[in-house]
Amino acid sequence: MSDSVAGRLTAPAIRHTTRWDRLRINRNWLGFWFMLPAALILVLFLAYPLGKGVWLSFTDAKIGRTGVFIGLENYEWLGLPWWEDADGVFWLSVFNTVVYTVVASVVKFAIGLYLAILLNQHLPFKALIRSIVLIPFVVPTVLSAIAFWWIFDSQFSIISWSLRHMGLIDHNINFLGDPNNARAAVIFANIWRGVPFIAITLLAGLQTVSPSLYEAATLDGATRWQNFRFVTFPLLTPIIAVVMTFSVLFTFTDFQLIWAMTRGGPVNATHLMATLSYQRAILAGNLGEGAAIATAMVPFLLFAIMVSWFGLQRRKWQQGADND
Amino acid sequence: MTDAAVREHSRPALTDDREGMSYLDSIGRRLVHLYLPLGLIMVVLIFPFYWMALTAIKPDNQLIDMDTYNPFWVVSPTLKHINKLLFETNYPTWLWNTMYVSILATVLSLFASVLAAYAIVRIRYKGAQWVGAAIFLAYLVPPSILFIPLATIIQAYGLFDSPMALVLCYPTILIPFSTWLLMGYFKTIPYELEECALIDGASRWQILVKIILPLAVPGLISAGIFSLTLCWNEFIYALTFLSSTTKKTVPVAIVSEFVDGDIYRWGSLMAGALVGSLPLVILYSFFVEHYVSAMTGAVKE
Repeated sequence: MSDSVAGRLTAPAIRHTTRWDRLRINRNWLGFWFMLPAALILVLFLAYPLGKGVWLSFTDAKIGRTGVFIGLENYEWLGLPWWEDADGVFWLSVFNTVVYTVVASVVKFAIGLYLAILLNQHLPFKALIRSIVLIPFVVPTVLSAIAFWWIFDSQFSIISWSLRHMGLIDHNINFLGDPNNARAAVIFANIWRGVPFIAITLLAGLQTVSPSLYEAATLDGATRWQNFRFVTFPLLTPIIAVVMTFSVLFTFTDFQLIWAMTRGGPVNATHLMATLSYQRAILAGNLGEGAAIATAMVPFLLFAIMVSWFGLQRRKWQQGADND
Repeated sequence: MTDAAVREHSRPALTDDREGMSYLDSIGRRLVHLYLPLGLIMVVLIFPFYWMALTAIKPDNQLIDMDTYNPFWVVSPTLKHINKLLFETNYPTWLWNTMYVSILATVLSLFASVLAAYAIVRIRYKGAQWVGAAIFLAYLVPPSILFIPLATIIQAYGLFDSPMALVLCYPTILIPFSTWLLMGYFKTIPYELEECALIDGASRWQILVKIILPLAVPGLISAGIFSLTLCWNEFIYALTFLSSTTKKTVPVAIVSEFVDGDIYRWGSLMAGALVGSLPLVILYSFFVEHYVSAMTGAVKE
């Protein structure tokens, strides 16, 4: 009797850590189990396709047929290197994408920052105004793009109608039928859609800037512009870097806005690399060629990330070094 | 000191409730520098929705006759377009598909993100920081360069033309974002709470479910609402992976099923766009603060 009591008391003390315990308690194993669901999804549906996309771009895969390795043929077919201009459409799409990204990002940034500064002032119904400003960002892009399609209609455009009634033009503007008008129209729609995101995130950054800094600068004789240039802007640089990196990235790879408004037309004038790759890969069935276009976007993306990230990051670092 | 300076000095006492230095502005200056540009930007931002809603309730004859009727207003509005949309097309099915896919994908990615964020921030296994950075990089991989290889993979897994394809692919967009957002929330929860629980014999799982999650509810709502919006908005995967009419989501269906040569299509198109946006806008209006904190939180980190 007493033996068994003593045995019961000592039993936990001599229990060794089993392999099961290690899987359950060990910090690294525990981390592994917790990471597993996210890692599985990200590896299977993000990392693996990323690699497979590069591989596909070197094959002649078609829809319903796994391709064989054909080296750089897809890229040559597209017109890489550029002096062997095979197709022309690819380089047009690169040009369009660059114009689209640069113009839209610059204007979005300017208007977004301006709107953020306006919203940062003392205003009646500030919360309401802020929530209304964000609505274009909440509504699905395709649905607002359809609204823009209707606004830019060649016959019943409300813009043409208004301008005609103001006596500024005497016939309807062919917004989406003329190459340059179509480019301007899709860029406008992209700016419209992107400004709220930039404005609201920059506003969040502005709100962290203490008003006393402006008061101090003003006492030292700073003008409004100097207040902005030497107080607001340096303090905002880190958040600008992040926001603009995202903005450039998502503008460069934009697909849905174009697809809903123009599908790349007229005469490929609004074809972005993403829409061209969709057209070649899914509609025409040449998966390899589409994958080559998509892969060709990667260097541009890396370049854009580098420029907006390191370009602005360095300035932030300099600023920090100056202050300390 | 001159009179002007004295007046300048005495004015703030009257309007003390104002913020910062805005008391230095006269009404005229505020009108030109603040209200006018703000009003203009707001009008441009809101107009497409006004136009969408107006077109959705306009009778056909007013849509194309812009001379007899002022196009900026509507005489005798009609529910014909919305009626047609709900009862003569597959619109309810598409709406249901969108909701179904969005909710499943959001739940799945919240589950995965909570575990991942907790592990990165609090379990701090070897290399956790690098995994955190890798997840941030995953956020920067756009769907436009993934959809072609993903289409072949979806085909190989036998998921083509199935909503499950979207439920599994959307989390690749949502998990990086939600994980970063939740990492920020988890960091604010005091470590002492966990230590107490550990001493009391709670397992990591119990700590997460009973202590961390209840405290991180605002973060979960933010991540959930934002994820739902991103799913609803997603287009290229849905366009590529789904082919049968009854399985499409609203954005894809609007673009592919409604667009025909009909001159009167605009009414139903705009009705479709309006009805497709309303659920999101209503949801958003209840959770504006959560939404904003989701948007700015992930960027600020």
